[in-house]
Amino acid sequence: MSDLINHMKALSKKVIWKKLLANICIGWLSATACGVRAENVTINVAAFPALDQIVKAALPEFYKVHPEIKVHVLSREFADHHTAMTTAIATGSNMPDVMLLESGYMGRFADSGALEFLTSPPYNADQYQSKFVSYTFPQGSSAEGKLIAMPTDIGVGALFYRKDLLDRAGLKESDLTQSWESFVQAGEVLKQKTGVYLVGNARDLKDIVIRSNLQPGEGIYFDVNGKVLVESPRFVRAFKLARMVRQNKLDARTMAWSAEWSESFKRGTVATQMMGSWFGGHLANWLAPETRGLWRTAALPDGAFASWGGTFYAIPNKAEHKKEAWELVKFMTLDRDRQLAAFKTQDSFPALIATYQDTYFDQPVPFLGNQKSRLLWRDLAAKTPAIPLNKLDPIADEIINTEMDKVLAGKKEIELALADAAIMLQKRIRHSMRR
Amino acid sequence: MKPVISLRWAPYFFLSPFLVLFIVFGIFPLLFSLVLAFQSWDPVRGMDSMQFIGLENFNFLIQDEWFWKSLYNTLWLAFVSGIPQHLVAIPLAAYIHRSLNKTRNLVVGIYFIPYITSTVAMAILFSALFSTDYGVVNSMIAWLRQIPGLALILPSTAIDWLGEPSNIKPAISLMVFWRYVGFNTVLYLAAMQAIPKETYEAARLDGASTIQQFFYITLPLLKPMMFFSVTLSVIGGLQLFEEPFVLTGGRGGSDQAGMTTAMYMYRTAFEFNDFGTASAISWALFFVVAILTWVTHRMFSTSGRS
Repeated sequence: MSDLINHMKALSKKVIWKKLLANICIGWLSATACGVRAENVTINVAAFPALDQIVKAALPEFYKVHPEIKVHVLSREFADHHTAMTTAIATGSNMPDVMLLESGYMGRFADSGALEFLTSPPYNADQYQSKFVSYTFPQGSSAEGKLIAMPTDIGVGALFYRKDLLDRAGLKESDLTQSWESFVQAGEVLKQKTGVYLVGNARDLKDIVIRSNLQPGEGIYFDVNGKVLVESPRFVRAFKLARMVRQNKLDARTMAWSAEWSESFKRGTVATQMMGSWFGGHLANWLAPETRGLWRTAALPDGAFASWGGTFYAIPNKAEHKKEAWELVKFMTLDRDRQLAAFKTQDSFPALIATYQDTYFDQPVPFLGNQKSRLLWRDLAAKTPAIPLNKLDPIADEIINTEMDKVLAGKKEIELALADAAIMLQKRIRHSMRR
Repeated sequence: MKPVISLRWAPYFFLSPFLVLFIVFGIFPLLFSLVLAFQSWDPVRGMDSMQFIGLENFNFLIQDEWFWKSLYNTLWLAFVSGIPQHLVAIPLAAYIHRSLNKTRNLVVGIYFIPYITSTVAMAILFSALFSTDYGVVNSMIAWLRQIPGLALILPSTAIDWLGEPSNIKPAISLMVFWRYVGFNTVLYLAAMQAIPKETYEAARLDGASTIQQFFYITLPLLKPMMFFSVTLSVIGGLQLFEEPFVLTGGRGGSDQAGMTTAMYMYRTAFEFNDFGTASAISWALFFVVAILTWVTHRMFSTSGRS
C-alpha cells in the first residue's frame, strides 16, 4: 500500500513538473531548448523471468548509445505475462512499447494483426534474416510470412544423459541416439542392470517424435491448408514408442517440473532427459548440483531435431514510441556482446549466428564432464527446421495428450485414440470457423 | 448553510466507494460475460473482432466431451468431498461443544487453520505427501502393511496418486475435505451454542441418554445451519478450482481426471484463447449451481414438513 502511495506521489510530482516545464516552454517561446527535452522518452518493456534480468543488465550499455531513451522494464510471471499481453491487445490499454513473447504463444499472436510487421518499412528487418539461426525467422512470422517478432534466444532440443549410469550398464551414447528402437532397448538394459528409469515420462518420446521428420508444408497437427494430420504414421509411431516405454516400465511416470520429477534427478533414478539446451543450467543450478560431472549431452535419438521454446521481441501497433522501441529491440537482438552476455549469465542460447565463433563456445562445460557441449548445440541449432504454427495448436496439444493418457493407461487402442483425436479436432475447427 | 451535496444524492455519495467497486468488479464482468457467451471473440484481434453468433457456443458445449467430463468430475468431487465434511463436522462439533471447555477455542482454532491457509501452499504440500516414491501417504501404507491382516487389503506397490486417472479424484477430495471440515465445524458449533441449555436439562430429567439428546435435540435444531452450510458446500464444491488446479499442475492430471468445470473454463479462456466459449461454460455452470442449490433447498424444506 505504501508503495502505491509513493508511486502516486511520484506520479503527481512528475505531472506537476511536466506542466511547469510546458509553461516555461510557452513563456520562453524557445523551441530548440524544449524540443530536446521532448525527445527524452521512456519506453515500457513487458517481460518475464529471466528475460527481464537480461534486458536490465543490458541497459547501462544501451544508455551509452541512446542517452535520449529511458527504459522501464515491467516483469510478470511467465503465464501471467502472456495473459496480460492478450488483455493489453484486446483492450488496447496499458500497451507496452516492447513485448517479449515466448514461441509457445506465437501461434496466438502471429496472426492477430496487433503487432508491427518488422519486415516492412521503417523496420526492414528482412535484411537481418541471414544473421539468425534459420528456423527463428519463420517461427517469428505470421501465416503470410511477415516477421512480427525478432528472435533473441532459442531452446535447442538435446538429449541429456547420466554417463555413469550408462557405464554401469555397459552402454554407449550411440546406443541411446542411434534410433528410437535402440533408445528403448538401452532403457531395458539400464533397468535390468541399474534399476533406473530411462525417462521421466513416456510422453516425452511422443512429444519429440510428432515434432520430427515433418514433410514440407506440414505443421505438427495441421498442414498449411489446415488439414488435420493426427492420424499420420508420425503420430502412430510416436504413440507406439510411448506405449512401449510405459508397458516395459521404463518411465518414472513423473510430470515435468513437479516435485517428484526434480527429486528423481537428485536421487539419480532417471538416466536421461530430452529438453532444451538450457536444461543443463537448470541441472547445475538447482535440480541436481551434486551430480556435477556425471551428465553429458548428445543429439536427440534417431536424428530428430526439436526446439524447446525461444524468445522474441515484438512491437505492438498501438505502442507509443515505436521508433525508440525498435532501437532497443535491435540492440538486444543484433548486438553480439549482449547476446553473449545473456548466454553466459542466464543460459539463454543466442539466436544470433555472429556469436557462434566466440571462444565461449569452445570452452568445456564442467557440469557436463568438461564436454564441449555448446559446439554440439550450435550445430544442432543450425539443422533444426522451422515448424509452421497454427492457432489451434494449444488445443490440439491437449487433445493428443488426453488420448495419449488413455493409450498409456491401456484403456484405448492407438488407432481408435488417434481417430477420436481427429474427430475432436475437426469439431474444434468447425467451432472456430463458426465463431 | 447549504449542504455540499444535496440530500437526494448524499446516500449515493456515501455508498459510492462500494458501488463503484461493485459495478466495476461485480456487475460489469457479469454482464460482459453474458454478452460474450453469445459472441465469438479472439481477444488478440481486439474488440472489433467480436461477432454475434447466437447459441453456437452453447451448441458446441452440448456436444463437447470435455465439458461433460469436467461436469462429471466436478459433481464427483463435490459429493465425495462434500458429504463427509458434514458427517464429520457435526459429531465433531457436538463433541467439542460437550466435552471441551478450556481448550475449546484452541481446538476450534486448530481445525480452522486449513481454511485460512493459502491453497497454493497447501496444494504443494499435498503433492509432496501424495508423491509416489517419496510421499508420506505411500510410506504410511507400506508401514501399515506390516501389521498382520492389513497386508491383504492394502496394495503392495506404491500408489500413483496424481498420475493414475482413477486416483486423482480421491486425492483431491481428501484435500478439499481436510480444508473445509474445520470451517463447517465452526458453523455447527456456533449453532449448537445457540441451543438453550434448558432443553438438554429437561431431556436429561426425562432420562434421555447423550446419544438420544444428540439425535432428538441437537440434530433437529441444527437444521437451519445444516441448510446454510450444505448450500455453501454445494456452491463451493461446484466452483472448485484452486485445489485441483495446483495439485494437477494446471492440466487436470492424466486424462483430465481432475479437471473441474471451473478449470476447464479458465483453460478455454487463457490457454485456448476462446473467451466466448469460456463465458458460455461459466453460464452453464451457473445454471447447474442454481439448480442444485434449489434441490438442496427443496430437500431441507420437504423433510421439515414431514
